[in-house]
Amino acid sequence: MKISQNIAISENGFLFNPATGDSFSTNDTGKEIVRLLQEGKNQAQILDAMEGLFATDRASLEKDLADFLYMLGNYRILDANTAQSR
Amino acid sequence: MVLTPNASGRIPCTVAVSGLNNVDSPGPGMPVIRSLRQSQRYDFRIVGLSYDSLEPGLYMHDLVDKSYQVPLPSAGTGALMERLRYLQSVEKIDVLIPNFDAELHNFIRLAPALESELGIRTFLPSLQEFDARHKAVLHEYGQMHGVKVPVSSTVFTINEFHRALEVSVYPLVVKGKYYDAQIAHSADEALSAFYKISAKWGLPVLVQQYVRGTEVNVTALGDGAGQCIGAVPMRKLYITDKGKAWAGVSIEDPELMRLSAELVASARWRGPCELEYMRTEEGEYYLMEMNPRFPAWVYLAVGCGQNHPEALVDLALGQKPQAMNDYEVGKMFIRYSQDLVVPMQEFEKISTLGEL
Repeated sequence: MKISQNIAISENGFLFNPATGDSFSTNDTGKEIVRLLQEGKNQAQILDAMEGLFATDRASLEKDLADFLYMLGNYRILDANTAQSR
Repeated sequence: MVLTPNASGRIPCTVAVSGLNNVDSPGPGMPVIRSLRQSQRYDFRIVGLSYDSLEPGLYMHDLVDKSYQVPLPSAGTGALMERLRYLQSVEKIDVLIPNFDAELHNFIRLAPALESELGIRTFLPSLQEFDARHKAVLHEYGQMHGVKVPVSSTVFTINEFHRALEVSVYPLVVKGKYYDAQIAHSADEALSAFYKISAKWGLPVLVQQYVRGTEVNVTALGDGAGQCIGAVPMRKLYITDKGKAWAGVSIEDPELMRLSAELVASARWRGPCELEYMRTEEGEYYLMEMNPRFPAWVYLAVGCGQNHPEALVDLALGQKPQAMNDYEVGKMFIRYSQDLVVPMQEFEKISTLGEL
């Protein structure tokens, strides 16, 4: 699971994919996940990092993260070759 | 040809530009002129060439210095040459940039006489090159230059159309010879599209394989000797009901750039062009059209750091501009419409005297 090359994300959570020209807005949580992906973290490592930040159980967090990553894959923000290997 | 810089250190140069129809389906003339106005090396005088008294560019005096009506392409090369002889007796046009598909044939045929008799330079493809990339034969053109093009058949009669449908898979695309395209999901839809498009644009009509994907376009400039002088890719962000880009963004796509540069090199394309591709989910690129002129969004290339119209003037004047390899990704263009308020006298002048 790798984020596509050259994805740019601003302080405001505005994300631009230079390969497709698509742009998206995400909230602070999404911004943090994208930042962790850019650091090369895998799904389990992202989950570990997020767990301490939210007052929720790990299972819910895992489900929400999986949904978010699925969305990133659909929007081609995750590298096509790695989007399925989360 | 050597032009001498003026006191400001810039080279004075008069350029005639057509395509002043800056309307909802815009001609490239005004974006070309705006690009030329950005030049730091030339001091341009712009002569507008128009076909209609309501082309907005006629009235944009901050961009166009003087305008002249020219005969419609259907009047032929004789009438056009005669008009240009008159223009050149008044102006001193150094370079002419035609921007309409329909007028290019006449200008290509006249190019040698324009230069030898009137001293007007152009930088256009040969008639052979121009005809080779026509949409009716684009599939063969793609095969020749190693670019994928959707399979298509050109039909001249309704019987041929029915035969083409028998060997086609739905959905398919029915295309006019110059403009217009409709996707058909059944024989009934295809037949309706055939009658509608042939009534509007005449025959032949194209029946083309439908390619699902994202449309990406490239504006490029070839030096005619196998080098791509510049290229910028763009994805449309907002498309009008006429299929024109109302907003777009420059993108980073090395494969698209490689394909485009190789096509321009392989075809030894001479002059500007717009390459329209479809990028499939599988990452394949299909060339859908190759327009033999600047696109109406060429000003985006200037915003990205590549001034193609200025480089075209260099080429027309016999100079060799440096190839432009870099461009800024993530630059957007957004069109807008604005009312020009003009005195009736100006409309009268261009309508009756043919110049403004």
